[in-house]
Amino acid sequence: METLTFRHTTKKPLAGSVPHAITGVVASGNLEILLERVLPPDACEVAIETPIAGYGDVWEAVVADFVARAQPGGLRISINDGGARPDTVSLRLLQGARLMEA
Amino acid sequence: MGEWRGEGKARDARIAAGRAHADGKVVPAAAVVDLLEAILQPGDRVCLEGDNQKQADCLARGLSACDPDKIHDLHMVQSGIVLPEHLDVFETGIAKRLDYSYSGPQGARIAKMLYGGQIELGAVHTYLELFARYFVDLTPNVALIAGVSADRDGNLYTGPNTEDTPTVVEATAFKNGVVVAQVNAIVDTVPRVDIPGDRIDFVVEADKPFYVEPLFTRDPAAMTETQILIAMMAIKGIYAEYGVKRLNHGIGFGTAAIELLLPTYGEKLGLKGKIATHWALNPHPTLIPAIESGWVKQIHCFGSEVGMDRYIRERTDIFFTGADGSLRSNRAFCQTAGLYACDMFIGATLQIDLMGHSSTITQSRVAGFGGAPNMGSDPHGRRHPSDAWMKAGREGQIVGDPALMRGRKLVVQLVETFGEKLVPTFVEKLDALELAKSIGLELAPVMIYADDVTHIVTEEGIANLLLCRDADEREQAIRGVAGYTEVGRGRDRAKVEELRARGVIRRPEDLGIEPLDADRALLAAKSIKDLVHWSGGLYEPPARFRNW
Repeated sequence: METLTFRHTTKKPLAGSVPHAITGVVASGNLEILLERVLPPDACEVAIETPIAGYGDVWEAVVADFVARAQPGGLRISINDGGARPDTVSLRLLQGARLMEA
Repeated sequence: MGEWRGEGKARDARIAAGRAHADGKVVPAAAVVDLLEAILQPGDRVCLEGDNQKQADCLARGLSACDPDKIHDLHMVQSGIVLPEHLDVFETGIAKRLDYSYSGPQGARIAKMLYGGQIELGAVHTYLELFARYFVDLTPNVALIAGVSADRDGNLYTGPNTEDTPTVVEATAFKNGVVVAQVNAIVDTVPRVDIPGDRIDFVVEADKPFYVEPLFTRDPAAMTETQILIAMMAIKGIYAEYGVKRLNHGIGFGTAAIELLLPTYGEKLGLKGKIATHWALNPHPTLIPAIESGWVKQIHCFGSEVGMDRYIRERTDIFFTGADGSLRSNRAFCQTAGLYACDMFIGATLQIDLMGHSSTITQSRVAGFGGAPNMGSDPHGRRHPSDAWMKAGREGQIVGDPALMRGRKLVVQLVETFGEKLVPTFVEKLDALELAKSIGLELAPVMIYADDVTHIVTEEGIANLLLCRDADEREQAIRGVAGYTEVGRGRDRAKVEELRARGVIRRPEDLGIEPLDADRALLAAKSIKDLVHWSGGLYEPPARFRNW
């Protein structure tokens, strides 16, 4: 099990006021994401627990692209990964952000 | 002058030797080994019918049980390496050399045996190419084929899975070869004559019905949002863009997702009747909703698919069927149809390099190619226009007299950037090159060469390689849809944005597609059971796909 944490500064807070949301499932090739609006409005932290070591560079790139696209200011995001592919991670992160904007 | 009828005499002698174990043409299953040892000679070229789906398994077991002291060094020429027995014969020395096309289920073992030197490999062919060689320099001495039933004269009924049989028999029977057919039953009258009896020398009543591999059944329940997103992009960015009416779909979840989106997403886009009307295709269960919704005009099939027989019998306006009512498939004709009469081939692969060369051969698996190198190639012999073909031709042609412009076949690779176990699809160098080097192949087993590929579709977008004007643009277009693989992360971001501005790369948002809309709710059928409902109960899925 590898633990990774990435911290980003965003240009703006994520829209909406949903305090927390959860999406995805813990299953092989999938992942579960918990999103909580608990950080300052220009901060985002993504913490990942993954069973597959050695993909730090890929996670870093996926998270950076997500932050640039969604501007998820204020969110602490916890990922419980089941060996998901990067595209699935991206999709779940965007789905999670959409739930928080509702 | 020398002997001009020697082959015929040798054939007569083989048949005479075989007759000792037969009652007329009929041979009991228990006498298969005796029959094969009587008609075969060391070094013979043998076609053991292993198709994409139908397997002459009783004869394969018989061949592998022959005495290697009597029968050895055979040269196997067959389209599919599917059963364990197909490789067992190379371990015992019964066979030595192999020319083939597809080896899906045995891909890992064949790789080991190639590296280990147990198999002397001729080449990994495309089907039509291997069939062509049956008539030129790989003509079989003996063909071992499979059918559903035969009469005592050898008239053969192949059933819906005719597949390669007519081609194999044609090449063998008319060039002094011996043809042995295994059948599930000997009957008084066959339902239809797929192969006339005078081309069949021996008929073996098999101990059990021949094995058929359900190769083209994809369970909608296993389809992911990523595959749905890729399918949406392909429909909007390629099918609609070029108005593709005549096409072939490869095997895989990506194309199966497209089939399931036609009656939903495709309908919403107003594309019914404008795309995907005429097909060279196996009877994919996932196409049932599109057929039932009136999208499909006609389908010619390479082979059949397990469980589709009753459905096909009730849809004879769509499929090619015989006087008995069941499907007539024919791989050679359907491959020809895919080559010359289809405007698009769309399928998947395991590896794509920086130029767009692709292969299904990896370090641990030699899966072979099947029909992909044929249907996934631009046929330079084509001489009839169509809108899709001409549009692709205009995009690709940059120099020369427009009056002499030819069209271009659309060859589309539909891939997810990462495969199983996070193995990247995009690579700097194909594993096929390493295989060729280590086993001494003169020609690297490339499935589709870069110059035939027109588009690559991934979850990140569509790369239109027709619009690339030099090697550097091509490389960046491929990197630009390669996602988070090393190849993708190694992109020149500025160059990729420039290609995007020119429409060489198109992202989902450039096509008006919101990735979050790629939802399983869009699938016309979400399970195998849904497919059964769509078919009005006519589709009978094999047990392994039933969970109710």
